[in-house]
Amino acid sequence: MPQVAHPAFLVMGAYATYMLAGYGIDPLLAGLLLMPVFFVFGLGVYQFYYSTFEGRGSDQGLRGIAFFFGVAFIVQVGLILAFGVDQQLVDASYIGSSVEFGEMRVPQRMLVAFGVALALTAVLALYLSRTFTGRAIKAVAQDEGALRLMGANPVRIKRWAFGIATATCALAGALLIIVGPVDPNLDRLYIGRTFCVVVLAGLGSMSGTLVAGLILGIAESIVLSTAGTSWAPAVAFGILLVVLGVRPAGLFGR
Amino acid sequence: MLRFAIGALGVLGLVAALPLVVHNEYWFFAGYVVLQLIVLATAWNILGGYAGYVNFGTGAFFAVGAYTAVALYKAFALPLGLQILAGAAASGLLGFGVGMLTLRLRGIFFSIATIAVAIVLETVVLNWHYVGGAKGLPILRPAETPFFGSYTVWLFFVMTVIAVIAVGAARYVETSWIGRGLRAIRDNEGAAECSGVPTLKLKLAAATLSGALMGAAGAPYAQYLSFIEPTSSFSLNHAVNALAMPIIGGMGHWMGPVIGAVLLGTLQQVVTVTVSSEVNVLVVGVMLVVFVVAAPEGILGLVKRWKKASSK
Repeated sequence: MPQVAHPAFLVMGAYATYMLAGYGIDPLLAGLLLMPVFFVFGLGVYQFYYSTFEGRGSDQGLRGIAFFFGVAFIVQVGLILAFGVDQQLVDASYIGSSVEFGEMRVPQRMLVAFGVALALTAVLALYLSRTFTGRAIKAVAQDEGALRLMGANPVRIKRWAFGIATATCALAGALLIIVGPVDPNLDRLYIGRTFCVVVLAGLGSMSGTLVAGLILGIAESIVLSTAGTSWAPAVAFGILLVVLGVRPAGLFGR
Repeated sequence: MLRFAIGALGVLGLVAALPLVVHNEYWFFAGYVVLQLIVLATAWNILGGYAGYVNFGTGAFFAVGAYTAVALYKAFALPLGLQILAGAAASGLLGFGVGMLTLRLRGIFFSIATIAVAIVLETVVLNWHYVGGAKGLPILRPAETPFFGSYTVWLFFVMTVIAVIAVGAARYVETSWIGRGLRAIRDNEGAAECSGVPTLKLKLAAATLSGALMGAAGAPYAQYLSFIEPTSSFSLNHAVNALAMPIIGGMGHWMGPVIGAVLLGTLQQVVTVTVSSEVNVLVVGVMLVVFVVAAPEGILGLVKRWKKASSK
């Protein structure tokens, strides 16, 4: 599915967290609270996409891409209109303080985000490999027809997967705004990061995603500290281009 | 063919006579943007509409044209015509490179790769200090204007010429065997290859032509604004416009992008002046989604359906 609006949903999650945090709710809790809302929203988006494109079956490729691209664009401009182009921040007890490991000082907000992200990835990986629905999600990506023959409804599975993916955006958005300030134009940067990690890992490889995420993160900080901030945006997209050109299957793809 | 040539000459003649009637320069300033959109939308349609490869990197081609022109103007004070040719050549080369990507990438991966090209190039230009880097570079227009007395009117005329060439090229591609081959690629690339369509050659030709036209649209940009900076040159808005206008007008026919660009371009100008430039960007996004969902064949498709219904 040509889901290019995913990074836009991520930024939307960050802004929703920001709004809830305005009422004094802890940003992590806000992210968790938002997950069901985003899940339902994701179900709705997929249902709409299915009934207008996949269901009709006509030329869904180009128009599907254009549809999600348009949605991403509307989200971005909508956020600009609602909140302005300025960066937004949240506040919590663990933001601003830091933990000392001998010589090193690690900001606590980084540790919190790291822990939650790791836990979220682990839960997702377990879900995809252990439960029936999780395995069906992996199967639908490989062969829809075969899945249908096994008695599972590919449309329902895909809708479910889309819902989960969107719900993840809520928590990931909360982490995003905990780690640093957020502005509406982040969306474009995260298209590069998201696709870079996914493609580098190889589509559908959960453990590969962790490794690819680490590689990208380290590459970005190396460039940031040696070549300067202005080169940083090119890192994710540069890696993405090289991987797409040289090995589209990614590191762990089959 | 003859009718099209007469029509094109007629348009050029009318535009050349326009300054005799219209004296307010603002109309030329605004009209230039609409013409630029016609070129971008038509160029996008050659690769996107005919061959089905969605290019999100319009901004990159546009900016490569613009920055090639600026660099050459700064270094050798090249005249506008040569700037445009050089910009088109540079962007055509980039188009050839992007065309090579289609060897391995299809669908969404091709689209993402074009965004990647745009961002990487934008970062390079941001760090290229000769043409101003992130600060941008003010451009002094030539003191003398070849025709029309006003440089804005002259640029308007030049852009009209580029637009006529772009539409003519698109029309030629569409009606010739090239267009047939591209449509075969769009519908089923494997089957086309098996039936003897030289898919790679056609894709490379379409990508190069599309890129060159976008570069030609971008080349006079710096002269038009008397200024150039990376963020607006590489802006994602170019990509959204170039994608939305053919889809809204109708992708199958060379008229589609022109209709979409004139309609949406004019609407954008009106909204920018009366409401705000953010809302104007939003209008494009919303229209794009509405048309993709409700009228997948665009305005031309609606007209066709309406004609069919009324003839029954």
